[in-house]
Parts: sequence; structure tokens; C-alpha cells
Amino acid sequence: MTTDSSSLEPEKGTRNGRVGIGGWLKRTWLSIRIPVVAVLLSLLIGAIVLIIAGANPIEAYLALLKGAFGSQVALRRTLEKATPLVFTGLAVAFAFKGGLFNIGAQGQLLLGAIVAAAIGFGISGLPFIIHMPLALAGGALAGAMYGAIPGLLKAWTGAHEVITTIMLNFIAINITDYLADGIWKDTSASNIISRTPKILPSAEIPSIAFVPIGFLVGIVMAFVTWYVLYKTTLGYEIRTVGLSSHAAKYAGIRVAATIVLTMTLSGVLAGMGGAIETLGIVGRFQPGFNLNLGFDGITVALLARTNPFGVIPAAILLGALRAGAGRMQLYAGVPSEITDIIAALMLFFVSADMIVRWIIRAREPAEEEKVTLSTWGQS
Amino acid sequence: MEATASEPVTKRIWGRVGYGGTLLIIAIIAILVFYFIDSLQTEAVLASAIRQSTPLILGALCGLLGERTGVINIGIEGQMLSGAFVGFLVSVYTGNLVLAIFAGVLTGMLLGTFLALMSVTLKMDQIIGGTVINILAIGLTGFFYVGGLSTEGKLRAIPIPFLSDLPIVGKTFFNWPPLTYLAIILVFVMHYVLFYTRWGLRTRSVGEHPRAADTVGINVFAMRYINVTLAGGFAGLAGAFLTLEAVGSFERGMTNGRGFVALAVMIFGRWTPLGAWGAALLFGLALALTTQFQFMGINIPHQFTGMFPYVLTIVVVALTGLFGHFRPPAAVGQPYETEG
Repeated sequence: MTTDSSSLEPEKGTRNGRVGIGGWLKRTWLSIRIPVVAVLLSLLIGAIVLIIAGANPIEAYLALLKGAFGSQVALRRTLEKATPLVFTGLAVAFAFKGGLFNIGAQGQLLLGAIVAAAIGFGISGLPFIIHMPLALAGGALAGAMYGAIPGLLKAWTGAHEVITTIMLNFIAINITDYLADGIWKDTSASNIISRTPKILPSAEIPSIAFVPIGFLVGIVMAFVTWYVLYKTTLGYEIRTVGLSSHAAKYAGIRVAATIVLTMTLSGVLAGMGGAIETLGIVGRFQPGFNLNLGFDGITVALLARTNPFGVIPAAILLGALRAGAGRMQLYAGVPSEITDIIAALMLFFVSADMIVRWIIRAREPAEEEKVTLSTWGQS
Repeated sequence: MEATASEPVTKRIWGRVGYGGTLLIIAIIAILVFYFIDSLQTEAVLASAIRQSTPLILGALCGLLGERTGVINIGIEGQMLSGAFVGFLVSVYTGNLVLAIFAGVLTGMLLGTFLALMSVTLKMDQIIGGTVINILAIGLTGFFYVGGLSTEGKLRAIPIPFLSDLPIVGKTFFNWPPLTYLAIILVFVMHYVLFYTRWGLRTRSVGEHPRAADTVGINVFAMRYINVTLAGGFAGLAGAFLTLEAVGSFERGMTNGRGFVALAVMIFGRWTPLGAWGAALLFGLALALTTQFQFMGINIPHQFTGMFPYVLTIVVVALTGLFGHFRPPAAVGQPYETEG
């Protein structure tokens, strides 16, 4: 996997500054051309799949567009879908910088979501200013702890995080299902399904017009993630371990501790995403409501070329796709799974940048811009 | 694992058997003991263990053939799911189970070629390549899913004369539908191919040291393409097993993580077919026991029995990392670049 992220870093833009609008546009285009072409190619192949299935792709895409951006309600839905993806996208991107592939953002998000719900409905009598942050912090902590497990396993036993995080996703589904059907179940007379009670108003995260405040928190967290990665010693150590754990060891960086910390912080981001979804969007925890957010987070992170700021537009794009799927199914009769296919194609084209570079005749990235993940052999 | 003659005998035996083998021996002794206590229940558990182990061993064969040649395959799950789906559809529309099996295998192979394209030609990160296959499989099978389809039936058991009447092993190994036999046969075929043929030697050399293999005239790219494609066939067969032999219908996401558990089986089995078979049998036995507990009225919430295989996988991978003194093929995960 390769990334152009360095060309997107803001400090470079200001340093080279004063090249006018044209220069700015050119720089921006250079940094986003691969994802943009990848998205267009994915939509094109998605259209071919739609034709094979006997649907009209133009009609389908128009319905998708309208369902995602056509009205205030649609915009709100898009941002609501994008909000958790900002967090899982940041979680995956952050781990990538440390050379780790966190496929477990899903599990960390689920744990964060249910713990936030438990604090949100279980503790009463607190003012908003304490209750909401407490629930959010609880979710972040749950995500952190769940993210630390694969980090510790990798540091202690060498167990590869890809296998352990996938397994922890399945385990998280079972744990949350057990809790939402057991001690944290909504026992009111009208409820027969497994879900938690609604959170109290004092724990709710409100919206400004059609923008969920949780989404704005996501933007803030993108800044925080960027700051930690590029402006702190910790971030430097994480990125060094990500580039070469051998080099990091010789530089005196404690590799094992850094791995654990990277996974823990990645878990914090995913757990926050789950908590914000519970507190600001769904209002309770219900099994099955927040699946696929981890995998979409991988797509978001790679569309963003693991750049924290790139995660925001990438998450809106994926969110729009998910938000518009319902209308597309209703008006164009296209199964909403087409969005899964398009998401997979985006992941493919953005990672297979050789194809995209060939199409737009772009140069290979310089060697130092490449990021490689650790494999079995290197773990 | 190379034991020289100068080492003590006990150490040499340990080197050969390892802790996985020790577990297997303990399991066999326990099975014998239980057989004398309650033969019917023991036979039921053993049969269930074999049924559970079949998709795992096929998935593990897929994984290890890829890794032996230097390509990580995280997409086994997606290959299985697609194989299960296409196999089922062909069975529905043609009513021909043999054709359906071939269709499932071909689907797995097609995705195998796709993985080879991504990891060999496009030099993509192999784990991301596998993830693409997994998401794509969920999307495609969901998109083309048609509810309420049913088939004429599924593959029937073919008891092997005389052998199936033997105590313990009869019901366990010799009274199965064809794909279960095929999986067991493939284990031995793969063992032979990998370790006793020129093809196997070349495959392993490409996975260990592609540069050296290239120098002696082995086509690294071709070996990887062919092996990863063939490996996909195993995963497709595992999928076909699920829809055509075990369940008889297709449900969304029905592979339920088996493709990932198969990776742990592969690691636990030290990247060898026989070792993976032993590991798959142990996994199968553990899974069979948890279902048996429920039948016996031991009340464990279904979520805990549900998460058991995944917890077991983590424990096994962690223990393998701690105590298993073996390693994956050296060049696994790295794209090969020709010089110049």
C-alpha cells in the first residue's frame, strides 16, 4: 500500500505558500487525484453491475444522490451515517500509521456504543454537562480496553492483529448481544426485542440544524489525531515503528509498548464513534444497528490515504452512499447491497493505485512515501 | 524442527510431535475413555466434530497453499461465501449437484485469480486485497440474493462397506457424504504434492526465497498465480460443502467467520496439510463439545457458545506465538519484484 499523505499535510502548504490559487489547486489535485479517479471507476463498474442486474444505472444513481443530498432530511441522514465512519476511519488510519491493521474497529465501536448506552440510561440525576461527557468517556474507555487486547497479544505473543481483531469483532457481537438481551435489556412492557432502554435526555448529544454535533466532534478528533501523529514525540515514535520496527528498535523506541499504545488509542477513536452514535444518533443500543462500520472504516481510511483530514470527505462520501441506498432501493428497485459492492471496488481501486496511475499517467510515488503493513513474517 | 541424531530421543520425539500433537494424543485418549462410558453420545460428538472440521480444513488448505507460495489470503471467508452462493444457485437452477460443486470450486478459483492479480501483478498490500474480496463477496452475494429458493436436496451419505461398521472410527470416518471424504483425501494429496513432488518444492522455494527460486529459473509470478488460484478452489469447495452437503440452503453471511478461523487452523497446523488436519479436528471437537453441552441441558447462554470458536482461535494463535517454535514461510506477504 502506498500513500501520498505527505503532500496533504498542512504545514507543507503554508511553508511553500504564495503560489496563488492555481498552485493551490494543482497541489490539491495532485493529492486527491488517485482517490477521485478510484471513486469514479468504482461508480462506473457499479453501473455495469446494475445493468447486468437489469436496472437503469442513471435512475439508480440519481435516486442515490437525491436520497443522500436532496433535502435537509437527506443531508442529515448522510451526516448521521458519516459520523461513526469518521471515527472508525480515523481509528484505522491511526493504526495504519503505526504499521498495524486494525480490522477490529467494529468490535471496539460496539463495546463503546453499549457502554455509553448503559451510562446514558443507567445513571440518573446528573446534569448534561457531566452526564453526556461521562457516557462519552465511558464509551471511549471501553473501546480503548478492547483495542488494547490485540495490542497486548501482539506485543506479548506475536499473535497477528489481523486474526485477533477479526475474532474480537465476532466476540464483541456476542458480548453486546448478551448484554442487550440480559442485564441491560429494556424491560418496559412495550419492548419484546433485545435492546437497551433509551438514554436519558441529559446524556443526549444534540444537533445544530441538520448537523449532528457528534460529526463536529469528529472533525475536532481529526485535528487531534493529526496533531498527535505529527506534532508529538509519541506520534513520531508510532510512525517510526510503522515504517520499520527494526529501525525503531535501534533508535531506542520501545516497540512493544508503542504497539500496545497505538492499538489502545485506535480503540479510543472507534469507541468514541460508537458512543457518539448511541448518544447522538440512535439514542440507545440495539444489536445489528451498527454493523459494517469497521469495514467501511477501512475503506474510508484508505480513500483518505490514511491522512486524518482526508478521513472527513471520505466518510461523507461513504455516508452518502449508505444514506442514499434506502431511496435507491425504494425508487429504483435496486438492492442496497450495491453500495457494499461499490465500497469494495473503491477499496480495490484506491489500493491498486497502479491501475489508477496508469489511467491518469501519474508517476510512482517516491519510496519514502510508501507505507507497508507488517505481515505474518515480520510480526 | 530439524532434529539431529545427537539430540536426546525425548527431545526428538517432542520436536516431531510438539504441543499440538500432544493435545491430539490427549484428545484421542479422552475419546477412548468416553467411548467406554457412553458409546452413542461419543459417536455423535465425533461425527459432529468431523462435520465442523471439514470447512475448516478446506479453508486451511487454501490458506497454506497460498502462504507456502508467498501470498497471504485473508479473503478465504469471501471465497467460501461466494462458492457457497454460486454452488447453491447452480444446484437450484440445474438440479445437478455435481455441476453445482464444480461451480462453487470455480467461483473460489476465480476469486483466487483476483487475489493473485492484486498481490502479484498490482503489488497491493495482500491483507487489503483479501479484505476487498471479503467485502465484495458480502456485497455480491447480498445483491444477487433471492429469498425462498430451495433445492431438490443435498449430498447424501455414502457409507463405505465394512469400514463403516467398525467401532468408533466407522461412524466417524467412513459414513459421510462425498465432500467430507474428498476433504480428507485432499489433505493427503496436498501433503504429498507439497513435500514429495517437484511442484511442491518449487512452491515452497517461491514462498521462502523468491529471488533464489527466480535465479534457478522458476517463474515466481506464474507459481504464485497458479497456486493462489488452485487454493481458491479449496475455499470454494468449502463453501459448496456448506450449502450442498451440510445445510442444503444459502443464507446471507452463512460462513460466519469460518474462513478466518481456518487461518488459525493453518497457523496451528504449522503450515502443513497434516498438521492443519489435526488442528481442524481439534477445533471441530471443541465446537462439537460446546453444542453437546447444550443438548445435555447444561445451560450456557447461546452467546457464550457462539463466541467460543473465536475465543479458542485467539487462544490458539497466542499460544502458538508463545510456545510454537515455528515460523511462516519467509517471503509471505511481500510482493516480488524482478531485478533491473
